[in-house]
Amino acid sequence: MNTAVIQRATRASRIGAIVGVLLVLAAISMPWWAERSSQRLAAEFLYTLALAQMWNLLAGYGGLLSVGQQAFIGLGGYSLVLFGLQAGINPFLIVPLAGLITGLIAVPTAAIVFRLRGAYFAVGTWVVAEVFRLLIANTTSLGGGSGTSITSTVIGIPAWWRESLTLWMALALGAGATLAVYLLLRSRHGLALTAVRDSEPAAESLGISVKRIKWFVYIASAVGCGMAGALIFITKLRIAPEAAFSIDWTATMFFVVVIGGIGTIEGPIVGTLVFFILRELLSDYGTWYMIILGSVAVAFMLWIPRGIWGLVGGRFDMHFFPVQRRLKLPEPQSNNKEE
Amino acid sequence: MSILETRNLTAFYGDFQALYGIDFRLEEGETVAVIGSNGAGKSTFLRTLTGLNAAASDSVVLAGQPIGGLPAHRIVGLGLALVPEGRRLFPSLTVEENLLVGAYSGRKGPWSLERLYKLFPILAERRHNPGTALSGGQQQMVAIGRALMSNPQVLLCDELSLGLAPIVIRDIYAALPGIKAEGCSVVVVEQDVSQAMNVADRLYCFQEGRVSLEGRPDDLTREQISLAYFGV
Repeated sequence: MNTAVIQRATRASRIGAIVGVLLVLAAISMPWWAERSSQRLAAEFLYTLALAQMWNLLAGYGGLLSVGQQAFIGLGGYSLVLFGLQAGINPFLIVPLAGLITGLIAVPTAAIVFRLRGAYFAVGTWVVAEVFRLLIANTTSLGGGSGTSITSTVIGIPAWWRESLTLWMALALGAGATLAVYLLLRSRHGLALTAVRDSEPAAESLGISVKRIKWFVYIASAVGCGMAGALIFITKLRIAPEAAFSIDWTATMFFVVVIGGIGTIEGPIVGTLVFFILRELLSDYGTWYMIILGSVAVAFMLWIPRGIWGLVGGRFDMHFFPVQRRLKLPEPQSNNKEE
Repeated sequence: MSILETRNLTAFYGDFQALYGIDFRLEEGETVAVIGSNGAGKSTFLRTLTGLNAAASDSVVLAGQPIGGLPAHRIVGLGLALVPEGRRLFPSLTVEENLLVGAYSGRKGPWSLERLYKLFPILAERRHNPGTALSGGQQQMVAIGRALMSNPQVLLCDELSLGLAPIVIRDIYAALPGIKAEGCSVVVVEQDVSQAMNVADRLYCFQEGRVSLEGRPDDLTREQISLAYFGV
């Protein structure tokens, strides 16, 4: 008997999977063949990608336009001070622990900011981030306003291992975030997430708990940002509230996702690439760098709101991470023609 | 036994009372029409049934179970589905994905994609198109299909004919017998009285938040209906 099957792989997705696996293998083996500076660049690329995927999940899929994700990056970073500097735990073990902590802190935070909608929600998330910054700046045991060095947490770890573990963890976060978002969107809940973004009342009246979906997305994104935050400050070795809770983190995520293509999985990857290329090209121009970056983002929002991937992927119907379901129905038999 | 019943159902928007003690029942396998002019409370009635407006627990009873005041997403899981006014398809999803969202509650029953494509063959052809790229009538089919995918015991349809050409409306209503054959009871809310009279086993007329008339279409005269509908 012919039965219908739901098909989701495309030719592009098979190519994408092969290229993805090759890139992951290349990144894993970098410590054996690449220079230290390229390793660091790769790590930075990967954690930026992780942050962008988290913001894309939140804003692009969950419709939650947060400008306060730096709260969780900062709290993740400060987990190093609390658990590494003061409790003596290995900093690389703190990365997953930081995810757990920020996930827990996200629960009461969500309870507050979810009382707000739209632009008020955006402002609310920023205020929350500022509150965390001020709380930590006023806690002398965590270094106070001027911050603290966390170099002593990595003393005793050989340099090769430190660099390699940083890269591998960044890879786990960047590739892991991409894969997690992909798997989420392919699941039953992914459709629900998209439905909620399109119309909350319609989704609710189809049996989807809008509240539960938003909570999930917000907490998941906090966990991702918290882990990335801890890893970022392992590479920087010094943490201060101004840097850890800087709105620049969210601005970067925003820029990457908007130029790459909001609401697509490929978008943050493309956006991170463009961001790093622009940064390299404009590194000699000082303040102009920020002005150009800002202008590019505004230009995209005005004329290419779907971003680079929205333009390219839509134009060629190309999906490296296909989340659409395509039902393949059996071919009608020839003797069944209508009379 | 009634599959759906309301007892002294009231609804408020702030201080404004929109429904005054509605007693309504829908028997198993029946199609009931709710008619009434603009602002009579028809849509509020549906919103209250589906949990989008607050209601007292025992004022809405579905298959013997009080469901008043439950959150909307729980009510769907118990077998009450709404085809919303204006269709409200999800623009970033394809036809097929729109239908699959309808199955989110996970209720078991006769409806599947294949079964739906038999009911509305045109949707099978257009299944990879964005839902909003379809004609109004086809969009209405998707909205009905999406609600059916939750395998409801009762299907509530809000203004199916709104903004559609008469020939398209006829096609949409032609699907009702197929839906009822799968054991689904139907409530249609309509401003188009003649359409409602054609399909309904019984009808209720609402006027200013109250039931102004109830009966079988054949037993009611044009004058009775016009009095109940317009109040003059």
